[in-house]
Amino acid sequence: MPEEKDSTKSTDSHSKANGHEFRVIGVPRRRVDARAKVTGQTRFADDIFLPRMAHCKLLRSPHPHARIRKIDASRALACPGVYLVLTGKDLPIQYGILPVSQDEQALCVDHVRHVGDPVAAVIAREELTAFEALDLIDVEYEVLKTISNPEEALATPEPRIHEYGEEGNIHKLVALEFGNVEEGFAEADEIFEDSFFYQGNTHLPIEQHAAVAIKDPDGKLTIWSSTQTPHYLHRALAKVLEMPAAHIRVIATPNGGGFGGKSDPFNHEIVVAKAALVLDRPVKICLTREEVFYCHRGRHPVLMKFKTGVKKDGTITGMHLQTLIDGGAYGSYGVASTFYCGALQTTTYHIPRYRYEGCRTFTNKPPCGPKRGHGTPQPRFGQEVQLDKIAEKLKMDPADLRLGIVESSNAMTANFFRLGTVNLAECIRRVVQLSGWKEKFRKLPEGRGVGLACSAYLTGAGLPIYWNNMPHSGVQLKFDRSGGVTIFCGATEIGQGSDDVLAGIVAEVLGIDTFDVRLFTGDTDLGPVDLGSYSSRVTLMAGNAALQAAERGKALLAEAVAEKLAVPRERLRFADRRVFDSTAPEKSVTFQEAICLAEARFGTIGTVGSYTPPKSPALYKGGGVGPSPTYSYSAAVVEVEVNATTGWIAVPKIWIAHDIGRALNPPLARGQVEGSVYMGLGEALMEEQEFRRLPKRLSHALVHKFPSILEYKSPTSLDMPDVITELIEEPDPRGPFGAKEVGQGPLLPIMPAVANAVYDAVGVRIDEVPITPEKIMKALAEKKAGREPRFGPSHFPHVNWPEPLRVPPPWEGGDGNAVNDVARRAKPRPEKEKVLAS
Amino acid sequence: MATLSIESQKTSQIRFTLNGEEVDVSFAPYKTLLEVLREDLGHTGTKHGCELGECGACAVLLDGKAVLSCLVLALECDGRRVLTVEGLGEEGKLHPLQDAFADLGAAQCGYCTPAILVTAKALLDQNPHPNRDQIREALSGNLCRCTGYLQIFEAVEAAIVKIAGQNNSET
Amino acid sequence: MMRLPLFEFRAPRTLEEAARILDGEKTNAMPLAGGTDLLPNMKRRQQVPRTLMSLRHIQSLSHVELGHSGARLGACLTLADIAGDPRFRNGLTALAQAASVVATPQIRNMATLGGNICLDTRCNYYDQSYEWRKSINFCLKKDGTTCWVAPGSSKCMAVSSTDTAPALMALGARVRLVSRSGEREMPLSELYNNDGIDYIKRRPDEILAEVVLDSLQGWKSTYWKLRRRGSFDFPVLSVAAAARFSKNGVVEDARIAVGSAACRPLVAAEAAEYLQGRPLNQETIAEAATVAARIAKPLDNTDFDMTWRKRVTAEFVTYALRELRGDDMRPVNLLLTRHQ
Repeated sequence: MPEEKDSTKSTDSHSKANGHEFRVIGVPRRRVDARAKVTGQTRFADDIFLPRMAHCKLLRSPHPHARIRKIDASRALACPGVYLVLTGKDLPIQYGILPVSQDEQALCVDHVRHVGDPVAAVIAREELTAFEALDLIDVEYEVLKTISNPEEALATPEPRIHEYGEEGNIHKLVALEFGNVEEGFAEADEIFEDSFFYQGNTHLPIEQHAAVAIKDPDGKLTIWSSTQTPHYLHRALAKVLEMPAAHIRVIATPNGGGFGGKSDPFNHEIVVAKAALVLDRPVKICLTREEVFYCHRGRHPVLMKFKTGVKKDGTITGMHLQTLIDGGAYGSYGVASTFYCGALQTTTYHIPRYRYEGCRTFTNKPPCGPKRGHGTPQPRFGQEVQLDKIAEKLKMDPADLRLGIVESSNAMTANFFRLGTVNLAECIRRVVQLSGWKEKFRKLPEGRGVGLACSAYLTGAGLPIYWNNMPHSGVQLKFDRSGGVTIFCGATEIGQGSDDVLAGIVAEVLGIDTFDVRLFTGDTDLGPVDLGSYSSRVTLMAGNAALQAAERGKALLAEAVAEKLAVPRERLRFADRRVFDSTAPEKSVTFQEAICLAEARFGTIGTVGSYTPPKSPALYKGGGVGPSPTYSYSAAVVEVEVNATTGWIAVPKIWIAHDIGRALNPPLARGQVEGSVYMGLGEALMEEQEFRRLPKRLSHALVHKFPSILEYKSPTSLDMPDVITELIEEPDPRGPFGAKEVGQGPLLPIMPAVANAVYDAVGVRIDEVPITPEKIMKALAEKKAGREPRFGPSHFPHVNWPEPLRVPPPWEGGDGNAVNDVARRAKPRPEKEKVLAS
Repeated sequence: MATLSIESQKTSQIRFTLNGEEVDVSFAPYKTLLEVLREDLGHTGTKHGCELGECGACAVLLDGKAVLSCLVLALECDGRRVLTVEGLGEEGKLHPLQDAFADLGAAQCGYCTPAILVTAKALLDQNPHPNRDQIREALSGNLCRCTGYLQIFEAVEAAIVKIAGQNNSET
Repeated sequence: MMRLPLFEFRAPRTLEEAARILDGEKTNAMPLAGGTDLLPNMKRRQQVPRTLMSLRHIQSLSHVELGHSGARLGACLTLADIAGDPRFRNGLTALAQAASVVATPQIRNMATLGGNICLDTRCNYYDQSYEWRKSINFCLKKDGTTCWVAPGSSKCMAVSSTDTAPALMALGARVRLVSRSGEREMPLSELYNNDGIDYIKRRPDEILAEVVLDSLQGWKSTYWKLRRRGSFDFPVLSVAAAARFSKNGVVEDARIAVGSAACRPLVAAEAAEYLQGRPLNQETIAEAATVAARIAKPLDNTDFDMTWRKRVTAEFVTYALRELRGDDMRPVNLLLTRHQ
């Protein structure tokens, strides 16, 4: 349609930015998969039913820590309807998400490490038969000493939960120093030392993990699974099943919520794959809610100690952070989590000297891993609450204090992360204004208060999980004579709208409607690799790949159309399913004609695009965790009401501003913010992955206190406050159409903002998450007794920290290497800001 | 543990109205309505998140009332009326609630969506003009982990307006 | 998906037929009403009855009789029936309130009054799957020998978690139990035992058929429930209070019940007695609250810290009594319960 006519259209169907008018990007629109979702037609993994399909159930360890002496499955096998029993010896090869932590087995061979660790699988005609047969498998265990928490792990080197790691039951120790932090403290006017504890919690997607595997008619393997990372599952299956990866097809079904909980390759996926191959029939497993709690990979419980030096004006002179991390029974992403706990402190405020020491221990509990915000909400909580304390001591408004120290766009941090656009100051100003902060802070009546906090998050991990030089995302486009365009991409739809992001970008570039686009995603056979839906990477990485593929296709079409219309290519515009001369819009062809012209000219039209993040200047060991093409920023103000006689806390309203770069589909972007706020509020007030150790003299049991969706408390519709969301849109050139992440960052400021608001309301510090009425009552009692009005940890156990890797920050002439790590010293790379890989 | 034999137990049969159509189905008698809908009738639009009545994902309308299909014996459904998400639209058109949910971001992962849609329909059937608090209350038995509920409330409110408009234009 | 164990299914049409079935099956059968308590327990293998006897075809169990002389409520009325019925006001407010805050809207459409009164006692060590309970070597209430809440105890400490029973006790309700050998009526306050296992005096061959209430003309009542979230959760503490006042505001009669603080709902008789003949002022309310809270014995087997639950008991009694006095408790109620 000619341009002049378009300008008369209502403005809400177009978005304008940088002088360009977009037809799709930035325009509120129905997401491409919405109809399937509202009609119940979205095919989740457990919705797959195949002829002759058998059902699998896993027998799980009732012991927190034991050796397996003997397994006798003969009684189970004798059950009518039972087809197969698998045990550890059928799948002995170790796997794990990180190359450095290949410590899992699909079924434990001789060592169980937490209640719920699987030891055998029954595959039967009916699921009920499989369940009943579990009780007929006789397993002889030799019980080992139970290790319940990190302090116990430090004090109990034997028995080891794993034979690898640093020593005893310490899985990972990290020590990094960027500049001499003691010198930083010497320059400070005030030094603050605070301890915090962040309780573990879990993802609780409403969809329980499920997988269906079949042996294909040609003998290959296909598995459908509710996984966020089909590519990593693909690799794990090839390894454990000892099959060529080329003979395995992984199809990630749309996830009924992920939040990081479906990012590891899981034992149940490997087990059904093996069973399908053995039985040559489809095999399904769908975990119960309790089993999902045993998969876990949720938020690590972290004990933290922050020491921060500041000048009178709030300028930070140095920061030293120590963490003690409860990893649970396996590595999972834990090594990365340990680094992440210390990584992003420097990305919000300027910290000239920074030291981080982290220790992750193994314990006999389900493994922790990546949950929304991966490793960063815990130290963010401590940092932002400590800043609130600093502001009070310095008699500064906490918002003003932060505005004085925010990092600037394109800055390089002390730990060598190159920032993208940084609009944190604007986020702060916006929530201060919207919430009426100046009229409320320290001015509301007793029992009511406001708190402010900020955060930053990655827009995609800068490095892949296994070392390689290949792109992180690939997209193939097929241009059909019908006028349709098909996107093939490994990206996985977990509810966040990744399919819509891809369709929106392609449709915008080609001037078509998203409804004209077909998508095949999350399928390792059909699409090029995308590393997965984690680290908020899909919009930027798969989005940039899609943008490149679409631009390449557009160039081919333009060349053919230019020739046909005898118009210079540069003058052609693609919009409203037409390609036309921008100076004489009546000279045009339809989009379909354009494809036909191009196909006649060049042959079958297909294009590819890929994305590789810029190389990070953080060359030191551990510098692989934290770099990102760009970072999102958030600021939030939370209002609370606290009942002083019961400690009851309620949150009536939250204001949040998020530096998103650009919102590709505004209602979806706002939904990500609101969903993050919701989840953060759950963590702040009620969510806990709690365990129960029975009295030691009577039992060795260590069990999840209540692995149920009733007793694991997640906020209901009645518990959700009003949320005012502001999207700060200043496009970042590194993102497609300027977009940055929005799925995780907005969760991060909520917990500290709640804690800061509680202090404003009733004058007590809750240095622990979740913030419950009991804790508030205890702190109020302390206050009444004239003691420190606080609830939180008071001691940090002794850890034998190694000598830190010393990395001089950029302003001290550092080149990104550690000066005392001779073995590793890498050549500094010339830093290239590549938006698109070539 | 149970002493009856699963493999030898005879199937049961019921006839009931599913989304306006009469259906006959035979099934293992221990099954709940949820299991029979999904496994024996191929209606997988109804989801499950706990099977214990603790999440709301399996809600359907039974004789017009929202109930949890994971806690209803299929044996108890003979002769009754069941509405699932598959029966929400009429004459090839989406129900206004479905349209609003699709347009306003009320379905993110879409897993809790079918149950929320039918529960919202039951609310609007009973009270065509609920306010925000009544919507909150009516949906308080449906956990959603993605949206934070706000866009769901907004979508229900948008559907109320749309339905009212349709009714006005009809009269 | 969690599956029910196998069972025989019976669906009698009359109370007599139902009584005959229970008489024949003895302890092997369990009545099934709303199913919202029993079916999850069966899926977790806490209760594995050989026979399920549905009550939903017995029409007489769903009747309501409300008159000047009192009320008779069929046991199979759903909680939604009660919560949504405007006739349950004034004296009966506590019952309507209690019914309206049970679990979730969908569950209230299914769950029945009788089912909520007979609700199995609950405990964090018991309301778990078969596999979970195996990992603690089971507990006293089911398949084990130790009460893990109080390992020295010879008695099971599972908690009464019914919402409607404390409310009905404050209203002085009685229940009618029917069996093949006849029927009996008893005050609801006497239906329960102080034992988490043998918590109810209903015999396996009896059907709880009806709740009977005397006239509550002139009474005011209220129900306060403590739980983490605005819905779903069982009470971890509840207070029901009812009172009749003289014209000058002196309490003529009062009843207070405390729920979810022991194996059975507790009648706070001493506190209620203390209030008789006194006006509800700050001093008398505080005294009654202190006395009532003394009977609460919360243990570490529900959500929330037990000492905190104990502490909040007095607060809740205070809120309930202030509401009866006529204070506007809506802001506190909204803060604590998220309900308008």
